[in-house]
Amino acid sequence: MNIFKLSWKYLIFKPLNTTLNILLLALGLSVITVLLLMQNQFESKMTRGAEGVDLVVGAKGSPLQLVLSSVYHIDFPTGNISLKDARGLTRNRLVKAAIPMGLGDNYEGFRIVGTNHDYLDLYKAELSEGSLWTKPFEVVLGHEVAKKLNLKLGSEFAGSHGIATASHDHDEHDYVVVGILEESGNVLDNLVLTSLESVWYSHAEDHDHASMEADVITSGLPETDDEGLEITTMLIQYRNPMAAIQLPRFINSRTNMHAASPAFELNRLFELLGVGVTMVQGLAIAIIIIAGLSIFIALYNSMKERKYDLAVMRTLGASRGQLFFHIVLEGIILTFISACVGVLLGHFFVHVLVSLNEQGAIAGISAWTFIEEELYIWAYAVGVGIVASIIPAWNAYRTGIATQLTK
Amino acid sequence: MLHTRNIRFQYNSQNSFQIPDVNLAKGENLLILGHSGSGKTTLLNIIGGLLEPHSGDVRLGSTELYKLKGAELDKFRGKNIGMIFQKPHILAPLTVKENLELANYLAGAKPYNIDGILEDLNILDKKNSKISQLSEGEAQRVSIARALVNQPQVILADEPTASLDDVNAERVIQLLKGQAQKLNAILVVVTHDQRVKNHFKNQITVGKQ
Repeated sequence: MNIFKLSWKYLIFKPLNTTLNILLLALGLSVITVLLLMQNQFESKMTRGAEGVDLVVGAKGSPLQLVLSSVYHIDFPTGNISLKDARGLTRNRLVKAAIPMGLGDNYEGFRIVGTNHDYLDLYKAELSEGSLWTKPFEVVLGHEVAKKLNLKLGSEFAGSHGIATASHDHDEHDYVVVGILEESGNVLDNLVLTSLESVWYSHAEDHDHASMEADVITSGLPETDDEGLEITTMLIQYRNPMAAIQLPRFINSRTNMHAASPAFELNRLFELLGVGVTMVQGLAIAIIIIAGLSIFIALYNSMKERKYDLAVMRTLGASRGQLFFHIVLEGIILTFISACVGVLLGHFFVHVLVSLNEQGAIAGISAWTFIEEELYIWAYAVGVGIVASIIPAWNAYRTGIATQLTK
Repeated sequence: MLHTRNIRFQYNSQNSFQIPDVNLAKGENLLILGHSGSGKTTLLNIIGGLLEPHSGDVRLGSTELYKLKGAELDKFRGKNIGMIFQKPHILAPLTVKENLELANYLAGAKPYNIDGILEDLNILDKKNSKISQLSEGEAQRVSIARALVNQPQVILADEPTASLDDVNAERVIQLLKGQAQKLNAILVVVTHDQRVKNHFKNQITVGKQ
């Protein structure tokens, strides 16, 4: 027998009360856990996704939309730009590298991206099997795409127009899987990658069979005389820091294209999300405070019934300090368990969220990684326990033995 | 062994108690009689180290009780004085055995032969029972077992038979006397219960005269 066991026995003596308090506090703490996990992983995932991309150039429209659609593949593309304008920009001395992308098709909800091999190099992607595309209509699948749709090397499928499922199919030409990527944990996992030419040919009215047999370009922009061709966006790397100042201004004012900086737009996005996060955080803190109050009231009320027990313990040799500790320990045990339950519950919530939203913005967030900040949850919880139990414990400390026993 | 000297105590200025000195040697018994409000429970609390008198002193062996400070007095009381109350007051969240273990732990005493005590009191089969499953008589015997578990030098009982029927009251008195003798401990019983009177030779009466 010891004080810890004694406190524990008193807690389980009232199982309903104890369970309710644990659940209430755990609920508040689980929301905090979800926020911590999301913030930690979402921000780092977003920031990682934009590494190596200094500027996104696309059709005029919302810069945030431009960044979301072409870097993260979550929003709708803003429109197309002409290949001629794009090529003009790649010749600018401030541009070190440019990766073109043709967006707008999907297969079973996974976006088809027409680009070149540079795009894979940007994320240092590795093939797990097969090879990269060299001819039109050859595709390389992201890890998740191959897994979810159960596609193998040599599988064929037709893309659909639009970026969501259930729009009309381009049934004239089937794509052929020639490669599957290793799991990368970034946006590539959920993409179907192919050449720009594939995207063009699948939209073309007339079919020039000779060009469909030719090799596609693996770097830079395809050389073609067709002035009507368009691409959706280009990811650009600056040649020098001066470009960060001059290039966006040049593009936005002198061309009919629009330039957006991922870093800047991300900051704006996090700021916008911040308002929502703060509100949810406030709600969680309110729940935690109510849970703390509930624990306080439960302990405080139980003191009335337990004063006799406490006096008896004193006659058995317990010191005032031991009784004080006994009550505080009850609060600490309760809140410590709440923290364990809350953190697990939080991870479970994230797990559910992620599995309900496999192709969205939070896809690829892992629900069961534990982060250092979660230790603070235990600290908060135990803090709540100490604060909630200090007044009842003080009452226990002051209980006079003789007066209590003769009542 | 147990000596009180010139004890004075009052709850208010109109109500002060006349408390006779008590001197008891090892193994002696004492019955304190008095009507309600005569101060007999107050005397017991003072002897038990629960209530500091306004003047006078209580000595157990070579220790002056009220010279001990704070936790020292608590530990001394836990180790050397076993108390039994009118109601059993056993801690409901704990089993019979755990109640006795707690008494051991709180006094900082060595674990004692718990099974032996329970067997002596004929409640060994209730060892793992919750208090709610005990009868009144059994519960009172558990509270006696708890008072004995640290092998105290003094056993104090405050109206131990008041809520018991004749059979159980007789049994409790016999048990108290028997166990006190076994430990060679001083036994002080406070009561107004006439059934108890005949069992003790050494009696004092307290109250306003």
